[in-house]
Amino acid sequence: MATIHLNLISGRSIQQGVAIEGGKEKPAYRTAAGIIELDPSDLKKLGAWKNTNVKVTSDYGSVIVKAIETTQGPHPGLGFIPMGPWANAIINPDTYSTGMPTFKGVPVKVDVAINEPILLGIELVQKLCGVK
Amino acid sequence: MSEYIIKNGNVFDPVQGIKGDKADIAIKAGKIVDKVGSGAKVIDAKGKTVMAGAVEIHAHIAGPKVNMGRIYRPEDKLFTCTPTKGMERMGGGASIPTTFKTGYEYAKMGYTTAMEAAMPPLFSRHVHEEIRDTPIIDEGAFPVFGNNWFVLEYLKNKEVENTAAYIAWLIRATKGYAVKVVNPGGTEAWAWGLNCLSVNDPVPYFDITPAEIVTGLIEANEYLGLPHSLHIHPNNLGNPGCYETTLDTLRLTEGYKAKNKFGREQVMHLTHTQFHSYGGTNWGDFESKAKEVTDYVNKSKNITIDTGNVTLDETTTMTADGPFEHHLTGLNHLKWANIDVELETGSGVVPYIYSPNISVCAIQWAIGLEVALMMKDPMRCYITTDHPNAGPFTRYPRVIKWLMSAKAREAQVNAFKHKDKVLSQTSIGTLDREISLYELAQMTRAGPAKSLGLASMCGGLKPGMDADVAVYNFNPDKPVANPDDIEKAFSRCAHVFKSGVEVVTNGEIVSNGHKRTLWVNVKAKENPQVMRDINEKFLKYYSMTQANYESLGHHFVPNPFAVEVDATQG
Amino acid sequence: MTKTVTDVICPFCGTLCDDLEVVVSDDGKQLLEVYNACVIGTEKFLHSQSKDRVTRPRLHQDDGTWKEISYDEAVEYSAQMLAKAKKPLMFGWSSTNCEAQSVGNEIAELTRACCDNTAATCHGTSLIAIQDIGLPSCTLGEIKNRADRVIFWGCNPAHAHPRHMSRYSIFPRGFFTSKGQMSRKMVVVDPRVTDTAKMADVHLQIEQGKDYELLNALRVAFKGEWLPDVVAGIPKEKIREVADMMKSGRFGIIFFGMGVTQSLGKNHNIDEAIAVTKDLNEYTKFSIMPMRGHYNVTGSGEVFAWQFGFPYSVDLTRGFARYNPGDTSTIDLLVRGEVDAMFTIGSDPGAHFPISAVQQIAKVPSVCVDPHLTPTTGVSKLHVPVAFNGVEVGGNCYRMDNVPIDCRKVVEPPEGMLTDEQFLIKVRDRVRQLKGVA
Repeated sequence: MATIHLNLISGRSIQQGVAIEGGKEKPAYRTAAGIIELDPSDLKKLGAWKNTNVKVTSDYGSVIVKAIETTQGPHPGLGFIPMGPWANAIINPDTYSTGMPTFKGVPVKVDVAINEPILLGIELVQKLCGVK
Repeated sequence: MSEYIIKNGNVFDPVQGIKGDKADIAIKAGKIVDKVGSGAKVIDAKGKTVMAGAVEIHAHIAGPKVNMGRIYRPEDKLFTCTPTKGMERMGGGASIPTTFKTGYEYAKMGYTTAMEAAMPPLFSRHVHEEIRDTPIIDEGAFPVFGNNWFVLEYLKNKEVENTAAYIAWLIRATKGYAVKVVNPGGTEAWAWGLNCLSVNDPVPYFDITPAEIVTGLIEANEYLGLPHSLHIHPNNLGNPGCYETTLDTLRLTEGYKAKNKFGREQVMHLTHTQFHSYGGTNWGDFESKAKEVTDYVNKSKNITIDTGNVTLDETTTMTADGPFEHHLTGLNHLKWANIDVELETGSGVVPYIYSPNISVCAIQWAIGLEVALMMKDPMRCYITTDHPNAGPFTRYPRVIKWLMSAKAREAQVNAFKHKDKVLSQTSIGTLDREISLYELAQMTRAGPAKSLGLASMCGGLKPGMDADVAVYNFNPDKPVANPDDIEKAFSRCAHVFKSGVEVVTNGEIVSNGHKRTLWVNVKAKENPQVMRDINEKFLKYYSMTQANYESLGHHFVPNPFAVEVDATQG
Repeated sequence: MTKTVTDVICPFCGTLCDDLEVVVSDDGKQLLEVYNACVIGTEKFLHSQSKDRVTRPRLHQDDGTWKEISYDEAVEYSAQMLAKAKKPLMFGWSSTNCEAQSVGNEIAELTRACCDNTAATCHGTSLIAIQDIGLPSCTLGEIKNRADRVIFWGCNPAHAHPRHMSRYSIFPRGFFTSKGQMSRKMVVVDPRVTDTAKMADVHLQIEQGKDYELLNALRVAFKGEWLPDVVAGIPKEKIREVADMMKSGRFGIIFFGMGVTQSLGKNHNIDEAIAVTKDLNEYTKFSIMPMRGHYNVTGSGEVFAWQFGFPYSVDLTRGFARYNPGDTSTIDLLVRGEVDAMFTIGSDPGAHFPISAVQQIAKVPSVCVDPHLTPTTGVSKLHVPVAFNGVEVGGNCYRMDNVPIDCRKVVEPPEGMLTDEQFLIKVRDRVRQLKGVA
């Protein structure tokens, strides 16, 4: 198992859309947005089976998500985490004076983290904010 | 306190023919009355000028293109913001004021009624939301018809009755006030990047000419007997030589007579005439044809006009003449916004700087004033700036100064970098007419009210009319020491009453009053074919359902005033 | 017995579909079925009636539990917080109606707050570009009736605006497009082979973050000038092919989204995309339209603009409106620690802001008005649930093409729940008292 380096983008998916209307406290939200979609070639380089928990780290933080095989590929070298607290734990908050954070185009590294749990949405944010 | 007596003012009221007599104006329960009791609050108007509240017949103050202007011009707010103060909400914007500021600025100048010049029907909810958020002044809005697919198809087949039935349905559905036409046929052509520059250019696909559109809409308007006439921005606006297209458009009125129960006598209102009075063949030999245009209107009693005066400011142009705006950005390379509206119309927005150092702008300034000074009947010529196209409405006092003082005009001409060209290409140097206060009242009150079919309600001080009254710190008995005093006096009223409520005192807002949205409830004969055509177009071509298009609930028009029109007979 | 409410407007995304039909119980209390909505809209309507819905305000306790309080107590907390703060921030507004937005503006003016909407993390950079270069655009019906060239640049409507292509942009048979999909050529520019890209006639699988270069290359290609062999990962022959396709159409449209607004270049990307559109108007008719996310973010921008003069990131702290994205914008205000009270409504910054900004929300007094439980309610001190706008209360909203549509009420809200507007009116009236204003 190796560390791989990817370019991370985040955005909408229809499953994420359904999940947010169903309630962000629910497991369906984690299933929809607590994931990273990887190209099969990148999964191979990582040396992991699909649906493995991984740790994704950027200069701004790290987060545990489930690595799944992309449904909208191929896109070797690109990782996609649907918009949400998992992606926002690690994307670039710098707005470069435009008011807009850099949600797309963040260099990250991905490591296998089989035994690390993926938190639920609200739980993750509360933990990172130090709120009970 | 609902009784007032405005005492000893110099009254100018064309409705009653009062030309500066010292008279008292009595107000009770929202109306002008003959007399009031001793308990009435006394307003001292000694040494002041008293007129009815002014009526703005054409300005772009509410709706999608106006707001697009606000959104895309943050610089318009630079140094022009006003803070929250007492009754007043905060405001901002020089050429496109925010809605609160719009209401306050009009009211402070003595305006009490204003018409939004162009409402794209699909966006009626937006127009009405902004009207609702514009305090104090009564407002109405003109839906646009000159590029509407229903109108193009019906008039191609000369079906005037069907056109009238459709107009009636649309005006009711959008709570509109009048039939507005902008660049007839040309804005539909613009949906394909094309235009109609003369009254005989056929519209792509629909194969109808602007002349046919205009005459058909005049006939439909008179068939319905609406309070206002067709209100038109003709083809070919703003191009050297366009006066020919203007005359062609005006000639379409020949033989038509106004039919209505509101005292309106015109069948066509030509708007912002300045932009349509250009001669020459290019910007080099550009010249005024104000004389040719006003000569025609002077002898045609069934036409009214408004001026569209250039004020020599940085401003924002915005119009439903989409192709013109694209042309303008090609000339001045300033940012261009465009909104084409399905089945109905289009619009464009481009900033513009009317610099006194540019000969074309100076000539445009002169043409606007020539139009006003050459028109013989002040009851048929109204002062506007086509706000904000030729300048912000807040410059009306300056326009009044230029019209009332030849000295002020001369000073401005002398200040132009290209004075010689202004004098050679226009006749502004030869005009020494000075508009009197009585004529001013005709051009800003009684005239526009009559043209709009509102003569019984506003524009005058006759008992029974709405108590919309403006008192100016201008003493007609004293000679004007400095023309700038005219501008100052007309910028801030001593008192303004709207529907009998004192809204301005000493130039400050003291009440929001109870503004109304004026609209025309025109009932036409039942027409199953037109209703079927409407149903079909919504089903197939619109991007909104018919029920949602017609949905204009109370929260959009909280204080409506319906002018009733019964067009069901003959 | 049941009844069917027709012409219902879906309150999820900027597509603002208005042809939904909702079947409700005869007493108007139960929502039974939804027709014509996409799967997200359907979930929104049906989930509004879930059994675990929070129906009363709740205050976060130090031990991590929540205490239920009354609406009146929630009003008092909110009014006190806003009235006392030096630089309160009122954020969100995108998932509520214009009537509520307007009351919110009154409160912001009274309390001299900063106010902002979700354009801050969505199309704010588009607004900056529009303020530089303008916007040649049209309504969605024009696309339906005329467009024969449709470009999706940095957006994925199959996932984010699911019925967009069937209602407006690809499939409809319009007046001049009677062959529907066959009348149109579709181009998708996206670094992934998205579900939208799979439908395209041409997919430019661009190198992520290089949109500015590719847009600029198109402008060069329009003029037939020299290009390098590859730009942004796309070979020059492909670039010329797409340029010619665009020029040869009779009515084209570029729809664009987060792919260009949120990646580096940001507002400059949009500026260039609008410049491409302007250039194309020299040859044919072309328009451009942002794919707005929330169903009423456009409305919030419109209401801010006609009342304050600016579409988002508005600073009222000096008693008049100021605007300077990067300075007055929400993320920057939070990250610099300048905000001392946070009022969130009609949005979920907890889930959609970078975590460093959310951490600031957690540090200050905060209120979150939202029918759902969200990461924002999870880190706010007070959670005020309200009726679902567009389901349990009507109100005006603006579609992505700025067209206003009045949402409908379909069912009653749960007993005793307030709407956004009702809650805000109470807060406003209490703030007026606290500030000593009539």
